[in-house]
Amino acid sequence: MLHPVPTLKETPSQTAGPYVHIGMTPNFCDIPGVYATDMGSTMINGEVEGERITLNIRLIDGAGVPLNDGLVEIWQADASGSFVSPTAPNSNSVPAFTGWGRQPANGDGVAAFETIKPGRVAGPDGKPMAPHVSLWIVARGINIGLQTRLYFEDEAEANEGDFVLNKIMDKRRRQTLIARKENAGRYHLDIHLQGEKETVFFDI
Amino acid sequence: MSGIILPGADGALYQRDRAWHPAADTPGYKSTTFRAPKHSLLALGPTKSEMSGPTFGHEKLGALDNDLIRNFSQDGSDAIGQRMIVYGQVLDENARPVPHTLVEYWQANAGGRYRHKKEGYLAALDPNFGGFGRSITDENGFYHFRTVKPGAYPWPNGGNDWRPAHIHFSVFGHAFAQRLITQMYFEGDPMIWQCPIVATINDKAAIDQLTARLDRQNTTPMDALAYRFDIVLRGRRSTMFENKLEGN
Repeated sequence: MLHPVPTLKETPSQTAGPYVHIGMTPNFCDIPGVYATDMGSTMINGEVEGERITLNIRLIDGAGVPLNDGLVEIWQADASGSFVSPTAPNSNSVPAFTGWGRQPANGDGVAAFETIKPGRVAGPDGKPMAPHVSLWIVARGINIGLQTRLYFEDEAEANEGDFVLNKIMDKRRRQTLIARKENAGRYHLDIHLQGEKETVFFDI
Repeated sequence: MSGIILPGADGALYQRDRAWHPAADTPGYKSTTFRAPKHSLLALGPTKSEMSGPTFGHEKLGALDNDLIRNFSQDGSDAIGQRMIVYGQVLDENARPVPHTLVEYWQANAGGRYRHKKEGYLAALDPNFGGFGRSITDENGFYHFRTVKPGAYPWPNGGNDWRPAHIHFSVFGHAFAQRLITQMYFEGDPMIWQCPIVATINDKAAIDQLTARLDRQNTTPMDALAYRFDIVLRGRRSTMFENKLEGN
């Protein structure tokens, strides 16, 4: 079979700019009354299997300054390793666990998510990948959204065999994706946009 | 909000043409200086995690969510400015419509002022203009909204840099790896060619792709101009599912 060839070019990216919060988290930036809530602010809407966790994701620039104008979205599997199943368009049922979250970076550059710890998802090699959360990061000064993942410090054994982590040739840089466990149910990951500790970003 | 995994969802997307997009480090746009990653990106094959993504088909959008002229009105009157309809089709690189996907947009008011506490430009706020809205594409991938034309405005970058009139867009598609943020400009605006953010894109044809076309046919007589802005998301390489799926 012939290789398919795209017939259209992807629309080029432009920066989200300094006011991304107006469009994507208006209630957070004090423009109430248009949307009832900011989309993605709640990921859990009922009884959900799995360990409840908080992810604090801090964005830091190459000068060591936290980004207080950034925005992070996450996408993850549920505790059983499944992504939320399709829902018919225009049906009213909100899934108990959405798998998708969106949070603005606060004054300290931290985007905080209340979610559950994801289960393991099969990787391209058929083996389960380590529990992980996919990240997408935009802000002023970022010309095209940055994609990476968050892994968990307390999953050392699973991390050892993870398909994606093992693609990072420089083992020291694997650590840039692994969130530190702070205490029960709280994880912290610093995303360094550049510098000595620059996070590994993906071309997916 | 829920997720969807299309059959063939493990199939790769076409590789992103990074030369078509802006590079990370673009000195003319100074904010990139400390925010551009310096390492090469790690090429990642397709995995279920990024080839799936959230869908929003069942979100209850408000009746005015796609009406920026009215959705923040405090006293019942319309926002000030040149009235217009912006519409278009979301497609993938295979030219297939992308239905039931969320499109969000935000912009300055007619004077070039954003409703944001950090915004210091002296142009006046319009008390009846919030400056944002959202749509879900229909079964053919179309979205539309009503707004006023945003003004150009100066910004601190060079000594006297101005942004051309523009509207910010955020689009999802059906895979997290399709996620896109961009900006729409207006056909014929000479300011486009003086803008350091536009100039982060190298290819003139790519800049043209961000330029909405005046559409006289869809103008509402005695009311609003119409501009058309189509958006193309990454498409899937897989051929074996091509007869079955929307946005395959």
